[in-house]
Amino acid sequence: MKIVVLMKVVPDTYGDRRLDPETGLTDRSTDELILDEIGERALEVALRYADFSPDTDVTVISASPETSATVLRKSLAMGAHAVVQVSDAQLRGADLRATAEALAAAARRTGFDLVIAGNTSTDGAGGVVPAMVSELLSLPLLSNLTSVEIADGVVSGSRSTGDEAMIATTELPAVISITEAMPDARFPNFKAIMAAKKKPFDTVTSEELGIDPQDLAVGRSILLGVAERPPRQAGITLTDDGTAANQLADFLVKNRFV
Amino acid sequence: MTYPTDAVLVLIDTTGTGELASSAAGLISAASQIGTPVAVIVVAEPDAVGASADLGALGAAHTIVVTHPDFSTALVTPSTDAMQLAFSQTSPCAVLLANSVAGRDVAACLAVRLGLALVVDAVGIDKDADGVIANHSVFGGAYTAVSAPTFGPPVITMREGAIATRAIARESVSHQLSAEPTPQRAGRFKDMQRSVVQTSRPALRSARSVVAGGRGLGSAEQFTLAEQLADTLGAALGASRAAVDAGYIDHAHQVGQTGVTISPDLYVALGISGAIQHLVGMQTSKTIVAINKDSDAPIFESADFGIVGDVFTVVPQLIAALGERREQLS
Repeated sequence: MKIVVLMKVVPDTYGDRRLDPETGLTDRSTDELILDEIGERALEVALRYADFSPDTDVTVISASPETSATVLRKSLAMGAHAVVQVSDAQLRGADLRATAEALAAAARRTGFDLVIAGNTSTDGAGGVVPAMVSELLSLPLLSNLTSVEIADGVVSGSRSTGDEAMIATTELPAVISITEAMPDARFPNFKAIMAAKKKPFDTVTSEELGIDPQDLAVGRSILLGVAERPPRQAGITLTDDGTAANQLADFLVKNRFV
Repeated sequence: MTYPTDAVLVLIDTTGTGELASSAAGLISAASQIGTPVAVIVVAEPDAVGASADLGALGAAHTIVVTHPDFSTALVTPSTDAMQLAFSQTSPCAVLLANSVAGRDVAACLAVRLGLALVVDAVGIDKDADGVIANHSVFGGAYTAVSAPTFGPPVITMREGAIATRAIARESVSHQLSAEPTPQRAGRFKDMQRSVVQTSRPALRSARSVVAGGRGLGSAEQFTLAEQLADTLGAALGASRAAVDAGYIDHAHQVGQTGVTISPDLYVALGISGAIQHLVGMQTSKTIVAINKDSDAPIFESADFGIVGDVFTVVPQLIAALGERREQLS
């Protein structure tokens, strides 16, 4: 069984996230970069299967700037067998489609039975890349899974869309996306960190994958402008001395919420 | 059959029982702001149609009912096939879908299939000299951004609840199409269940006021404190992920990154620390009130009115005080 896990490198969400006013792109220069938490959970799904199925190969694929290579290495320490990073200047500021094309092409080149992704990233939060990858690969998609079972050439799981819950299933190969209802990712131990240094880490360009992120034959989404919201007016914060509830009631009445 | 030249194709989500999803009215209204709304409903059986008149009531000029034999068993692909067919018939200037899980999946596959620009999570749409543009609210409203397609009609998912206006009701012209299934394999589903939230409280996504509880409430029993305040304010009930994970309340109430994104007029956070994953779901609320015993909780940075104190002391006092004010007002 070959499993590909799609991974995004994102600014640490505990920092303040910024858009560059010149380019409208997420500013990734100031913050600490980390593996997206939901991507780590997707990797955990693959690794748990691999724990009990020794002949499983787990490859992490990411489209990210070359500077994120050190961050991606963490997935090797967690237990992934290889990393393929798609990286070149042309992919800087890639829109959803270009990103999906890069990931799909890299997955095809690697070969797989199953592609696992997080349902939506922490920074862009578009939530469409797994579906785009499935369509580019002409494969079935099971999105938003809250549980996953992989067995006998079939993947299935509980799927929740907020309003509806169902059991979803399909034969492999297929693309699935998981939600953060899935278990937390494991921590790498010392032995795994040392072993990770010998694992393959491939870097490929979009040209090597035979894709053109600037291809003008397909419609792409571009930013016309971006503006920072004026800072929120500083509010009042009281420490309760027994009268705070009364003051809040006055505030709610004055603002016509009662 | 002729369609308007400024058609805007709108996919209407339906529930498992064939009712229209709550996003329908907002989507059709958004479409009416840039052109003539042409609504698409996908069904498995041709006779499963009773919705067409309703769509006229919501402002759709045309309603296309597309029959797809796999609609009641397969995921994503039937609706994508149906929209591809409707697209080829109507040559629209834009395609709108709900930014729901199902809407995003179909939008993504349709955009790839037709080679169209994909625009996700718009909070408003408009038209300029070059075509359709979309407005976005990024990082929980810290930034606003405007996007446009390089060419061709964009496929746009609209944030649920972002469009408050409603289009004027009109006669809707009905059309019937039947889609051929593509040979592509699709995921299958079974045991579909509606998450039913039985409550007299307003729905979370569209409520004017929301009271949300977090881990600070301590237990499922004590979570009723949030419910009591919600009922006092006529508000919907929300929750942080921590409260949902701890089992205090159902996931349908979760506000934030993996729950719903809302911007009510009033948001009251009880015992919620304000992790960024929660803030992105409610930061654009017009007025934010927070009560938490930890004075360092990040929620206070977003609050218009914060109280550092014990929710179990302050909230009962607040409910009593609001009762008194109400008596004085009446």
